Amino acid sequence: MSMQARAMDVDNGVNVAALLGAREALAATPEAARFQWRATSHWVNGTHSRATVRDFSGLGGEQAHRTSFTFEMDHPELFAATDQGATPVEYVLVGLAGCLSAGVAAVAQNRQIQLRSVKATVEGAMDIQGILGMDPDVRNGFDDVRVSFEIDANATREEVEALIAQSQKRSAVFDIIANPTNVNVTLA
Amino acid sequence: MRAVERCAFPVAGTTTCVVVGAGHAGLAVSRCLSERGIDHVVLERGEVANAWRRERWDSLRLLTPNWLSRLPGYRYQGTDPDGFMSMPEVIGFIDRYARAIAAPVYTGTRVTAVRPERDGYRVSTEHGDWRCRAVVIASGAFSVPVLPALAAAMPRDIECISARDYRRPDQLADGGVLVVGASATGLQLADEIRRSQRPVMLAVGEHVRMPRRYRGADIQRWLDAAGVLDERYDAVDDIARARRVPSPQLVGSVDGSTLDLNALAARGVELVGRVAGLRGRELQFSGSLRNVCALADLKQARLLETIDRWIDAAGTMPPGLMSCAPPQRPDPTRVRDAPRLRLDLGRGEIRTILWATGFRPDYSWLQVPVFDAKGRLRHDGGVVAAPGLYVMGLPFLRRRKSSFIHGAEDDARDLCAHLQEYLARGALRAQVA
Repeated sequence: MSMQARAMDVDNGVNVAALLGAREALAATPEAARFQWRATSHWVNGTHSRATVRDFSGLGGEQAHRTSFTFEMDHPELFAATDQGATPVEYVLVGLAGCLSAGVAAVAQNRQIQLRSVKATVEGAMDIQGILGMDPDVRNGFDDVRVSFEIDANATREEVEALIAQSQKRSAVFDIIANPTNVNVTLA
Repeated sequence: MRAVERCAFPVAGTTTCVVVGAGHAGLAVSRCLSERGIDHVVLERGEVANAWRRERWDSLRLLTPNWLSRLPGYRYQGTDPDGFMSMPEVIGFIDRYARAIAAPVYTGTRVTAVRPERDGYRVSTEHGDWRCRAVVIASGAFSVPVLPALAAAMPRDIECISARDYRRPDQLADGGVLVVGASATGLQLADEIRRSQRPVMLAVGEHVRMPRRYRGADIQRWLDAAGVLDERYDAVDDIARARRVPSPQLVGSVDGSTLDLNALAARGVELVGRVAGLRGRELQFSGSLRNVCALADLKQARLLETIDRWIDAAGTMPPGLMSCAPPQRPDPTRVRDAPRLRLDLGRGEIRTILWATGFRPDYSWLQVPVFDAKGRLRHDGGVVAAPGLYVMGLPFLRRRKSSFIHGAEDDARDLCAHLQEYLARGALRAQVA
């Protein structure tokens, strides 16, 4: 299949033109590129908390999702918890999967690669001696994060590998996990 | 076979107890053993007070004032009770103590192995073997620098040095220095290297903040008076954690000034988070700087509240605390809005990394199965998990003051009492048999 022929049919549901247009517009008004993402969490009971996301800021003003989204966070019963939702660390994995997958779709669209299926399996390894304060040499967070993609697309293995590499390069969540960030926690 | 073995390992002597190390802790034990009439020798790899002579930086002074410098049957005799001993003064103090108590010290006698033997131990040295019933390990808690794993992967053109090998700023290459670690050691070295006009960056993890003076007296005066330093190992909630607490950010300053992160920042030292990783030539710092500083500020406030409560309850002040100033609180640690998270080691900004990331004891010669999975000695307040084996001088061994010079006395008395009972039980068994 020639590049031209492939270009005609490719639709990954990504509006590349809009994304490229946004990049052009933001080049003229870089301050509009400053976004702030927000979540609000209310503790329910035990390790159960409920978080919602709705508004955020960007493009020079306040923005909002179409609707608010709610997330239950808890721990499994083997932690003597009520298991009302995924653990916070699982949400981190969810975020990484979502970010990389969105990146794969966008890059594929831009490279005229048709995706048929994309499955990401994300694993975060952790030694809980860290969070239990049992061993100071053990860190609290993941000591290893692995993502395994199964991708069916009209492209060579090398092209798909390049998609995955590029999606990591442009991924916010990959950067958040792989690199340090200043964190400022205060009492209001 | 036995005869051959004896020939191969000539016995330098037989004694009841071998003390390994003639620093302040080993000598304190020697004095207490002598008081109890227990025959012993003190084996010293180098000279008396060897680590103080050879493994400390030039400008170091004790963190504790002179009046607090005491050992069993001995105390500071000089004219400056509120001063802080320099290293030559510490060496002189310990040397004079060794002579005053006529300690049976064999200098230049490095212990190469301690092995269990029937009814005791065989202590091998470069000059033959000693056989004994009991061994007291007093070879020091701060022998081997503890470096993070990534220290081994630093780019070759970055000079790396540990606090044990550092002596003075002119030993370092010109250019910037990253000091890693914010205990007393890291702060003092960052300060003196900054004063040598080099750019200095200080990587700060969890630390213990403490003012040099509080309410008109040295902080050690209050800690001593309020009994904070006497707190016992079996009275704290989590002794493993208490033993890991880094040394407080103190300096034996001639003028009584406090050395803290605010003082360093005011002198132009750049504060960054703890070293979190190395990716290629880029060193990464944790984003937790603000939190570790907040933790240390809160912990300091709790300590000062303890002192305030003690003062309120005490009514009459002990000598030296007559003029008690009103309570005050040091300024919170100031942290910049967005501390640097990355350092490109290829840009030449930093030429030297100085690891002030702590020390551990060296037990490479101890061939007795008394170690936990992480290579630490298993012991209960210095009574090691093997009959007749004891250890001295480790942080919070028996009391919060255990690793300080003035902390040796109570521990040595406790452990020598235990040791004497152990010997007596053995003697009783021998009689019964």
